[in-house]
Amino acid sequence: MSGQLPGPVLAVSGLQAYYRTAAFGVKREVRAVDNVSFAIEANEIYGLAGESSSGKTTLIKTIANAIQPPLQVLGGSVMLDLSGRRLDIHAIDARELAAIRWKHLSYIMQGSMNVLNPVRRVRHSFVDFAFRHIGTPMPQFLQLVRDHLQRLHLTPDVLEAYPHQLSGGMRQRVTIALATVCRPELIIADEPTTALDVVVQKSVLAMIHEIQRELRSSILFVTHDMSVHANLSDRLGIMYAGRLVEEGRTADVFRQPRHPYTAHLIASLPRMGDAAAKQGLAGAPPNLADPPPGCRFHPRCPRASDICRQQTPIMQWHTPSHRAACFHPVGEPAA
Amino acid sequence: MSGYPAYLLTRLGQFALVVFIGINIAFIVTHATPIDPVEQSIAAATQFGSTSPEAIGLMRQSLKELYGLEGGLGDQYLAFWRRIAVGDFGPSLSAFPTPVATLIGRALPWTAGLLVVSTVLTWLLGNLLGGLAGYYRRNRALRFAGVLAMAFHPIPYYVVAFVLLIVFGYLWPVLPLGGGYQMNMPRTLSWAFIGSVLLHSILPVLSLALVGLGGWFMGMRSLVSNIVTEDYVVYAELAGVRRRRILGSYVMRNALVPQVTGLAMSLGAIFNGAIITEQVFGYPGIGTLLVSAVYAGDYSLVLGITTVSIVAVSLAVLVIDLAYPLLDARVRVH
Amino acid sequence: MGRTLIDLLRFNRQFATGLALLVVVTAFASLSFFSPYAPNDSYVVPPDLPPDWSYPMGTTSRGQDLLWLLSFAIRNTLLFGIAVATLSRLLALLIGLVAGYCGGLIDRALMSLNDSFIVIPLFPILVLFYFVMRDRMSWGLLALMMACLGWAYDARLIRSVAMSLRTREFTETGIFSGMSMRQILVEEHLPYVLPIVFSTTMNNINWSIGLEVTLSVLGFTDINTPTIGVLIYWANQHTALVSGIWWWIFFPVLLVVMTFIGLFLLAVSMNEYIDPRSRLGRTGP
Repeated sequence: MSGQLPGPVLAVSGLQAYYRTAAFGVKREVRAVDNVSFAIEANEIYGLAGESSSGKTTLIKTIANAIQPPLQVLGGSVMLDLSGRRLDIHAIDARELAAIRWKHLSYIMQGSMNVLNPVRRVRHSFVDFAFRHIGTPMPQFLQLVRDHLQRLHLTPDVLEAYPHQLSGGMRQRVTIALATVCRPELIIADEPTTALDVVVQKSVLAMIHEIQRELRSSILFVTHDMSVHANLSDRLGIMYAGRLVEEGRTADVFRQPRHPYTAHLIASLPRMGDAAAKQGLAGAPPNLADPPPGCRFHPRCPRASDICRQQTPIMQWHTPSHRAACFHPVGEPAA
Repeated sequence: MSGYPAYLLTRLGQFALVVFIGINIAFIVTHATPIDPVEQSIAAATQFGSTSPEAIGLMRQSLKELYGLEGGLGDQYLAFWRRIAVGDFGPSLSAFPTPVATLIGRALPWTAGLLVVSTVLTWLLGNLLGGLAGYYRRNRALRFAGVLAMAFHPIPYYVVAFVLLIVFGYLWPVLPLGGGYQMNMPRTLSWAFIGSVLLHSILPVLSLALVGLGGWFMGMRSLVSNIVTEDYVVYAELAGVRRRRILGSYVMRNALVPQVTGLAMSLGAIFNGAIITEQVFGYPGIGTLLVSAVYAGDYSLVLGITTVSIVAVSLAVLVIDLAYPLLDARVRVH
Repeated sequence: MGRTLIDLLRFNRQFATGLALLVVVTAFASLSFFSPYAPNDSYVVPPDLPPDWSYPMGTTSRGQDLLWLLSFAIRNTLLFGIAVATLSRLLALLIGLVAGYCGGLIDRALMSLNDSFIVIPLFPILVLFYFVMRDRMSWGLLALMMACLGWAYDARLIRSVAMSLRTREFTETGIFSGMSMRQILVEEHLPYVLPIVFSTTMNNINWSIGLEVTLSVLGFTDINTPTIGVLIYWANQHTALVSGIWWWIFFPVLLVVMTFIGLFLLAVSMNEYIDPRSRLGRTGP
């Protein structure tokens, strides 16, 4: 164990990413990621939660520098610290980007149905993605891949299969193996278990946990499923309408949520023995092309007051590791 | 049932169905006429008055059989099929007594050669350009190529061939305009002969290519621009796989799959175009043969060519269908 | 559907160009109603005159004013194309919709039939038809024949639209909320079906006019009715090119190429409009 405290693997500050379209004479600006800042330390699983239009996916695309028009980064930065090298992912050139992609930064995408090339065997995906990083001749590389698969309790036969011949769960596990074969420092996982049934979900999550422990990588784990966060994430960030509204150690967030939205998310989780009726949240997530002024949650918030409608709340630290952006956090008297 | 044998059977079944329907249509068309075709044909074929009475008698007999005018409709139908199954279309009226089958046999290789060369060329080039245009959307040269290809595409084969004939016949006469090879040249496998064949095929191939390119170009371009948003392409890009590799192994490879199906479906139309183009350039294939057969009133030849066309195109489609699983493994599991 | 067309006209250059071309061609075709000559009159003007002010398109070797003759020709060609397209819509819609909505065995059977018609080469059959009919060949009969043979490609496209509509969520929602089948078809599905019918109709008109021109140029149709193909046929019969009477070929070809490109642009721009992804691709800075 080195005595030196490493910097955060990922540091996002003030990130703004909007979709700007101008089709058929109509201009629209969707503020999908609006001034988001957070950091992920080494060897930790950072969970990101929020409903479908919260901006999670756009955030991932921006961090991964997978930006295509109409998506544009308008401000802020994404800094990575990979084995001592610090770089701004939006500032490096294409060659450097290709060099770090997969070796230091990899992804597990959602919807494992279709992430592997349907007309080629699985083996080719491994070769395409990882071979150039490993640097050994092909036979050794393939052996390394087979060993890696076996360590993850997968049979090496999958290499010769076509993607459609594997079940959904199997495909996702192969994808996880693919994403970890180069032992990257940061793995971004976007809803990796959402499309799977509960039993398979459990084994896939266990696999992710195990591989993280072994590689000591950091994982940015994005899912709307709070129960998954409860079991897997070390720290947890909550996104709503393109903004980060709360962040803290998972246990702290669950025990004492500060933002009303977080409180609602946690309260709506089914618990054994709890037979009380669940209350849905009134209203719908705001239209990000024309969001409400002030706090974006105020139209649905039971604790909203005038100031919420006029000013945007800034992040406040409630404990050294727990912060929330709310004028009337849960646990304090409402105005 | 799954796997290749099941697929094979399905495709063979479809082939049989197509041939069956096609030949039936031919039967219906030829038997739907109220006029007496036998006398009409004989009159047209013997209008220059130098055919002997025995020849006319033989013609009438074989025509009657082919037209199936002997016996009831059922007998006619069976006789029709029997003749076709054996490939015996009787003697040609315009080139009596040469059998129709021989005439077709002489002309078919020319058509086949023209078709194969121009289709392969057009399909490959069109898909390549279209794929590049779909992937590199901003490239000016590709966009220009697209406009050109699309300008020619809606124009029917005949008009393009005709215009080319005019351009190269009157404005810039550098290419031979007619025939499959230079007349009076011995048909041996010499370089001179092969060169002549190639030279004479330039205009017909060019004509077919100009019309065909646009279709493949547009199809591939739109396929590719859809495929680049597919998960497996996005994932490979996120993984930093080289653009060239993505274009080849992920994008094109997947886009070509429906284009092969498209090829099979277009063969009928391409065939039509080829025989029309042949006629314009006097290329010695079955297109030219067909038109001159109509002018000469040679019913057996026309019917023979129609039948052979149906079977040949269906066969070509079958071949493509059978090769398809090599490209896309998913179909084996269906 | 009206809104769609107006949007296309305002924002899609291809659509506007195509429409402009067609308007010119149709306007020219309607000149035929003002023609001082009947279409089959010959030797009413001095033959073989090149284009000038009194005869803007020149005259033919048969002593006809090409301008008026061409107006009849393009009118007849257009009418023929529209007739075939209309007739074949019936078959294409019937088979496409039934196959798409019913699915299962009916769909497979219809598609086997459909694919057979796509594969079978139609030109030899049409030639055979002409051969057998000879002088009894009429335009109506030819149109009917072509409609009966040329529906297959479009039927497949309509079927895929029907298939995707059947499984769309709003169909199931509609059924669950008690909408009658007729309501669902007219209010929910029609706006999706109409554009594909529109673009396939344009393509079909192109196809049938192309075939008409080809058959007529070879003399395989009724050569006494002026159409574009018949016009070129007579020009060839009188060896117009060799004699230097280029205008007899040039103007018909020009007009028919304008028609082809116009219809094609309409079909292509409609197709692009239907496909939402290509719409989003056209985004601003």
